[in-house]
Amino acid sequence: MNFTQSFRLALKSLMTSKMRALLTMLGIIIGVGAVIVITSLGNGMQQMMNQQFEQLGANLLQVQIYNFGGLSSRTVSPDDMYALVDKYPQYLSGVSPYVMTQGVVREGSEEFTRTSIYGVSEFFYDARRNQAMSGETLAKGRFLSYIDVSRYQNVCVVGSYLEQNAFGGDALGKTLTIKGTPFTVIGVLAEKADNSEGSGDDVIFLPYGNAMRLNGTGSVDLYLFNSTSKEGSTTAKGIIENRLFQTYQDDNAYFVMSSAEMMDAMNTMMSTMMIVLVAIAAISLLVGGIGIMNIMLVSVTERTREIGIRKSLGAKRKDIRGQFIIEAGTTSAIGGLLGIGVGIALAQLAGGLIGGMMAAQMGGGATFSAVPTLGSIGIAFGVSVGIGVLFGYLPANKAARLNPIDALRYD
Amino acid sequence: MEHLIELKDVYKIYQMGEETVHALDGVSLTIDQGEFVAIVGSSGSGKSTAMNIIGCLDVPTTGTYHLGGIDVSTMDDDQQAEIRNKMLGFIFQQYNLIPKLSVLENVELPLLYAGLDAAERRERAMSSLARVGLRDKCKNLPSQLSGGQQQRVSIARALAGNPSVILADEPTGALDSRTGREVLSFLQKLNREGDTVVLITHDNSIAVRAKRIVRLQDGRIIYDGDAHDPKAVVQPEELTGDDGAGFDGANAGEGAAV
Repeated sequence: MNFTQSFRLALKSLMTSKMRALLTMLGIIIGVGAVIVITSLGNGMQQMMNQQFEQLGANLLQVQIYNFGGLSSRTVSPDDMYALVDKYPQYLSGVSPYVMTQGVVREGSEEFTRTSIYGVSEFFYDARRNQAMSGETLAKGRFLSYIDVSRYQNVCVVGSYLEQNAFGGDALGKTLTIKGTPFTVIGVLAEKADNSEGSGDDVIFLPYGNAMRLNGTGSVDLYLFNSTSKEGSTTAKGIIENRLFQTYQDDNAYFVMSSAEMMDAMNTMMSTMMIVLVAIAAISLLVGGIGIMNIMLVSVTERTREIGIRKSLGAKRKDIRGQFIIEAGTTSAIGGLLGIGVGIALAQLAGGLIGGMMAAQMGGGATFSAVPTLGSIGIAFGVSVGIGVLFGYLPANKAARLNPIDALRYD
Repeated sequence: MEHLIELKDVYKIYQMGEETVHALDGVSLTIDQGEFVAIVGSSGSGKSTAMNIIGCLDVPTTGTYHLGGIDVSTMDDDQQAEIRNKMLGFIFQQYNLIPKLSVLENVELPLLYAGLDAAERRERAMSSLARVGLRDKCKNLPSQLSGGQQQRVSIARALAGNPSVILADEPTGALDSRTGREVLSFLQKLNREGDTVVLITHDNSIAVRAKRIVRLQDGRIIYDGDAHDPKAVVQPEELTGDDGAGFDGANAGEGAAV
């Protein structure tokens, strides 16, 4: 049977009854659209999460120590943690205390209230790779040194937002005050977010001892470790946990979180969720398929006479079957294409809304784009054609088996 | 010489509920190349069943049918379709053109199923349309043509595959008498040019345009001979008042064809 003629015929009959065609395709359109939207949003979410983890550093391990209100005499010091890194260089490549402080930052009459302030050690920044543990790179000057940290020097490294807005683009050597204490700027970080207030560019790094003084606390309760590789981070986590258990004899006293593990867990969760959602959307594809079967059965009845004519002119069963299967396939394929279009449009819309919400909540640094993968488009299209062919088979076979005499006399 | 159509002792028996209907009751008939035969009979005479069997749309219950020397009486659906495609050209009362296809596409259909490529299909369909004088209407839809023109398109379609037999089933039934005469003249012209034409009709005035008449009644041949013999046009049921007692199952719904 001639494929192009069947195809053209199918298009023609779709065009002549647009409303009916649209209603027939609706199930497929909704199903494919839903699958595209879900996979697009899912991919966008996953990408955004991975991006954030990457920014934090995929090799990063966060160690939180719960100080039980200072009751326990057991404690680990930054030196204990340095020793641990020295002991296992194949798994751990660095550690730094991570002391978070809040406070008003002033430069002259300018006041910054949303700035994130972190106290870290010289190990927080790796000069060879020009990268800090949380992903920042240095643009100007230098990072904190051993001397700065051990002597509690009042120096700091500022993010690009502060350099622009507090110092007019030239911060090196200038002074700002944090909770009234003056700090000299020795380095400026490169822009990493969108250079806005409260974003990843509105930051200050200072020696952790100084940060603890600003906080008025005496112990470090958060450390950042770097593992040598993403794959080795589970082992690294074990090493740290063992060491902490030695001291505290209680695994509730600390919590070690590995970025890589978190990322894996989140990705697995997201994938599972996506599979469940796509499966639900696929039910609509099934319903769409049944809709196509229904309309094809009607079409076979309506065109009984045409089938009789074709048979009288020498059409074999496979010719008739082929014609109706191609027609069903064409219907569902067009439905699939429309569904893909609708899906992409909706995904864009939803992506824009969610992206806007995320940016507002997380203060930049996170970009969200809901773009369907080429693979998911291909699969969606393939599945819709497949559904047409599958559900078209029964009506097509019914048409192919019609007795030519009865079919010719049908009106 | 081998006969083009050879029916030997053909029975077609239907089971209609309790009743057994002999639509064809021992019909033997031969038709040779180049003949113009009218198969005549009233409703229920078995002429439609005869046409279905000759047209390879149906198979006899018993008996044999050879078409062009090939035994087609035991063929399955698809084999029959191939024979119809290669050897038979149908002309129907209701033209039976496909309304969504253009005139040219309609005429191309048998060639499409014969597996010809697009260029050859087009060329043969156009020359066939030229034969019926509708070459310039090839892009039109059937609904844009008059009844007579549509019937000429269906004749062109029947001729396109260059068949051995042209089977015309009440070809004038839906036409006014003037157009009907034109169509019959055209069939006569085809026959003069060498085509074998089998005409199925209930109407004696049409049947006499053939060279030979085969009259069927109750599934049996009651006359087979020259169309101009006065006996050929006698309708026994008119004389006896019998309106054709046998019920021809395949003939249902043909009553309006007057």
